[in-house]
Amino acid sequence: MTEPAVAVDGVSKRFKLYRERPTSLKERVISFRRAERAVDFWALRDISAEIPAGTTVGLIGANGSGKTTLLKIIGGIIRPTSGEVRTRGRIAALLELGAGFHPELTGRENVYLNASILGLSRRETDSYFDRIVEFSELERFIDNQVKHYSSGMFVRLGFAVAIHVDPDILLVDEVLAVGDEAFQRKCLDRVAGFQEEGRTMIIVSHDADLVARVCDQAIMLDGGRVRAAGDAMEVVKDFHTHMLKIHAPFVREDVTKEVEIRDVRLLNRKGETPYRGVRAGDPLTVQVDIEAKLPVRDPVVSMAIYDGSDRLMFKTGTDWTQMPLGTVEGKRRVSFRISTIPFTSGGYRLAVGVHSPDLAAVYDWYDQQGAFEIWRDPPREGSVWVPHESEVEEL
Amino acid sequence: MSATGLHHRTSESPRFNILERIREVLSRREVIGNLIGKELKVKYKSTVLGVLWSMLNPLLYLVVFWVVFTVFLPAGIPDFAVFLLSGLLVYTLFATGLAAGTGSVVDNASLVTKVAFPREVLPLAAVGASLVNFAYQVAVLLVFMIAIGYDFVGWNLLLVPAGLTVLLLFTTALAMGTSALNVRYRDTMHLVELSLIAWFWVTPIVYSASLVLGRLDIWAQRLYLANPLAPIVLAFQRGLYGYRLAGNCNDAGVQDALPARIAELPGCQAILPDPGLTWYFWRLGLVAAMSLVLIALSWWIFFRMSGDFAEEL
Repeated sequence: MTEPAVAVDGVSKRFKLYRERPTSLKERVISFRRAERAVDFWALRDISAEIPAGTTVGLIGANGSGKTTLLKIIGGIIRPTSGEVRTRGRIAALLELGAGFHPELTGRENVYLNASILGLSRRETDSYFDRIVEFSELERFIDNQVKHYSSGMFVRLGFAVAIHVDPDILLVDEVLAVGDEAFQRKCLDRVAGFQEEGRTMIIVSHDADLVARVCDQAIMLDGGRVRAAGDAMEVVKDFHTHMLKIHAPFVREDVTKEVEIRDVRLLNRKGETPYRGVRAGDPLTVQVDIEAKLPVRDPVVSMAIYDGSDRLMFKTGTDWTQMPLGTVEGKRRVSFRISTIPFTSGGYRLAVGVHSPDLAAVYDWYDQQGAFEIWRDPPREGSVWVPHESEVEEL
Repeated sequence: MSATGLHHRTSESPRFNILERIREVLSRREVIGNLIGKELKVKYKSTVLGVLWSMLNPLLYLVVFWVVFTVFLPAGIPDFAVFLLSGLLVYTLFATGLAAGTGSVVDNASLVTKVAFPREVLPLAAVGASLVNFAYQVAVLLVFMIAIGYDFVGWNLLLVPAGLTVLLLFTTALAMGTSALNVRYRDTMHLVELSLIAWFWVTPIVYSASLVLGRLDIWAQRLYLANPLAPIVLAFQRGLYGYRLAGNCNDAGVQDALPARIAELPGCQAILPDPGLTWYFWRLGLVAAMSLVLIALSWWIFFRMSGDFAEEL
């Protein structure tokens, strides 16, 4: 690769957090005498990265890790406190779909206004107009005021305008997950088209699996610093582990292996390993086989279930269930029996650990992404499965 | 910094180069046009009369003052309706342009925090929208003047485009500075609104300038004319209303009466300070020069502060 499309060099960003931001002159004068009450908050610290032209890079990290701040600095919306950013080519930043849409104007008027703010000339907009409308699927509503649009229509139009801006570098912030599934697929197709055309893309997402699927490379931010960078698959794997650590303190590097996890199995209603997934509302058993070569006093087995976005859904352990293991030597089988799986759909991740009661020592841990899948036939909406029944009475 | 070239961003705001900024803004002039269009469309959306509403305001003034001062009180300034409107429309453009311009960056916070574009287009579009309204209102005044057979065609009309140019320069210069200051100090908006009330009364709009100047000593006169709006309003009055006399002037009541001649007539008073056109052009030139310095200064302030807009909003 020759010149990178985006070069970030030692970028730091400090925000001043005021308890109550003095914005009037009087307050300014008053707070001038007092010591600065602002607290420095470093959103980014010494970030360096080179993004070669034609690659798609994902920025991942927990909330508040600085992803959006970095994207805004690359897009020229805010300035770094130190360091520098060099970019080559026309940049379009999709930080919010339909930013600047005016509710009183029609879809057509907003397309022209938005496109010109994003950098298209009137002639360019004229030539893309039909394609923009077609992409947004709003042919029938394009001359209606935007205030009458549903939120889905609003973001569809916003996305349609933004991707027709014809940028060399496209910055995308969490906006690939808009609209219904069909529209999302269309957005991802368009992203693939961008990649084929050799454009550069930087995608911010908390959906790490999307990043793994779409991006060539990924950068993981944590507390404003680069924690991992490189091949998207690798970084996403790191990210998942990192996210596990937030809620599962047994996920640690320094395992002693005094007790080892030999096997973790999921068993369905029939006591078999489910091959198609688990039906919502069904029972599920998590079976953990551990083995200690030498006697270990009171080990605790913990388990945690996460959803596809690494959110902790459920956590328990033998200390919670008040099921002391005593002194363990040799093999044990610990089973967690969940009587009703309370989720409706999606892939879930399982983490299991063996550790001392106070967590001073972690003996071993194990985690499996996509450990099980919940399915319902037909698929249902909502995220929680509430056990229920219905009845009819004649009155 | 072209739209397709190499961008280089550091903690420092890039060096302020006004020619470069002008080029940048000119390259995005379609945005200004679209933002002006947006302002006007939004203002008259869901109205039946639409842009007529802009024209009804000056029309009402014209009819009321014409009736009151020709029928009921036929004294004071002759054709008061025309005199008043030729100054009032100027002030309306200034006041609406400055007020809308001051609030322009804050009002468009959702854009500023989400999209990178030269922020200057916001105050410029606000002034531009006021200019469009001004054009409608001037059209009303001109139609009225033609309808009542007012004699105003001549070289004096050259003062109108000259005055308008200087007015736009001055309004833009102020609006650019205040729009940037308003992001950090929201007091700016209140200060501007208050100042606009006071400013109206120190500018010769509802009263004649020579009436005031005649009662001031030379230094007070200079101070009075140092108000940049005074020469602009006077230029419009000279251009549209013309050099007129008021009071008991008898045979001296001609357009080109010499000041010396008028002074001999007790009870006769010229409404504008000078009969010729040069005096007005000269005064306008001074304001133009001052506005150019001011525009460079406030653009610099705007540019320096604009790097932090997205954070402060």
